Amino acid sequence: MANSYYDPADLRKFGKITEWSEELGTKFFDYYGKVFEEGALSAREKSLIALAVAHVVKCPYCIDAYTKDGLQKGITKEEMMEAVHAGAAIESGATLVHGVQMMNKYDKLSM
Amino acid sequence: MATKSLKARHNALAESNRQLDILNGGVFEEGELPFFKDKIAEIGHFPLRPKKLEILQINVGYMCNQVCEHCHVDAGPDRKEIMTRDTMQMCLEIIKNTGAHTLDLTGGAPEMNPDFRWFVEEAAKAGIKDFIVRSNLTIIRANKKYYDLPDFFKKHNVHVISSMPHYTRGKTDKQRGDGVFDKSIKALQELNAVGYGMPDSPLRLDLVYNPSGAFLPGDQAAMEKDFKKALKEDFDIAFHNLFAITNLPIARFLDYLIASENYEDYMYALVEAYNPGAVENVMCTNTISISWDGWIYDCDFNQMLGLKVASKVKHIKDYNEEVLNDRNIIISQHCYGCTAGAGSSCQGTVT
Repeated sequence: MANSYYDPADLRKFGKITEWSEELGTKFFDYYGKVFEEGALSAREKSLIALAVAHVVKCPYCIDAYTKDGLQKGITKEEMMEAVHAGAAIESGATLVHGVQMMNKYDKLSM
Repeated sequence: MATKSLKARHNALAESNRQLDILNGGVFEEGELPFFKDKIAEIGHFPLRPKKLEILQINVGYMCNQVCEHCHVDAGPDRKEIMTRDTMQMCLEIIKNTGAHTLDLTGGAPEMNPDFRWFVEEAAKAGIKDFIVRSNLTIIRANKKYYDLPDFFKKHNVHVISSMPHYTRGKTDKQRGDGVFDKSIKALQELNAVGYGMPDSPLRLDLVYNPSGAFLPGDQAAMEKDFKKALKEDFDIAFHNLFAITNLPIARFLDYLIASENYEDYMYALVEAYNPGAVENVMCTNTISISWDGWIYDCDFNQMLGLKVASKVKHIKDYNEEVLNDRNIIISQHCYGCTAGAGSSCQGTVT
């Protein structure tokens, strides 16, 4: 066992999850592949969304994968960083909007 | 960024045997990844055999005005291997008699060969259907003796294929050197000015994109759309097709992969992207490559690896197309570069 929870080489083994549950694994990868195909959104747009989400869910494998995918699609580093900020803004906004709950509670409890 | 070739730096990778040791060893020798020959044997393509010869690719020398980080030729200003007029004369005999419909001149920067113009003038008379010169663009702006190249190409109805790694300055200059982007843009505008690359123009101008780093090219059609839009909007430049070419792990690109600790990941990515459907049309099945000194190879990559064709006809002095076409193509693990994704060749994807 590696002396760490994350090993970059494990990303290559992602497909192996199917070995322990073939039906669900296969269904997942079929779905995953379909999601990232060109559709109403371009594959390029989806790659940037994936990169933003990868940061929000703080998945190091996904960050590696979608940085590389972005490079392959000719996405610039400025576009990538803006996508990360879009994710970060929603994440911090999600925290801050709870400030309203705090304010409501504060007001309710206060005379 | 290096300003000298691996050869001038006495880098161990300047020796093709060292490169082949790496390609045959490591993750392949240890069985982590399959050898290319086993992979193509699965679909009955081993040994790999040529089909009809369609393209004669002639490398007129390794000298170049640029020292691109990814160059599989290890070209540069310090390379002295240049095709002589005598060798060109032998090539002309082949061009006149070949069944191939395409002649593809490459380098280095082919324009730096002192007999380049003579060779183009003579070859153009041979009535070949598609006459390609691979121009790196900056050469057109490198020295005033090259300023008239767009007119020269036009006069001889040459099909120009040029490298353009990205439509942004940063990425282009990082791969190819400072100032390359601006010079390339200027050269493209000059080619457009004489009619090259315009929508209905018979003067063909295609661009080659290859990734500036340890990753594979994306979808060729999508990239072409992005390139066309950006170059048109930002610089009013038009071109015909974009060829997305995968960097093969040899010469300077191999050196880069190893130095940046990306080699294994890159080989995994190539093997993972292996597309059996691309094997049938890999370019070595319809192309032969001739070096500056007249030796014959299955492709330009094998030329750089010193892998001469497995045929009785190994040199143009003994050229015989029929004998040559009856051979097994020499392969190694670099060949995964041509079968990844939609496939890759000097003419772009192959599927």
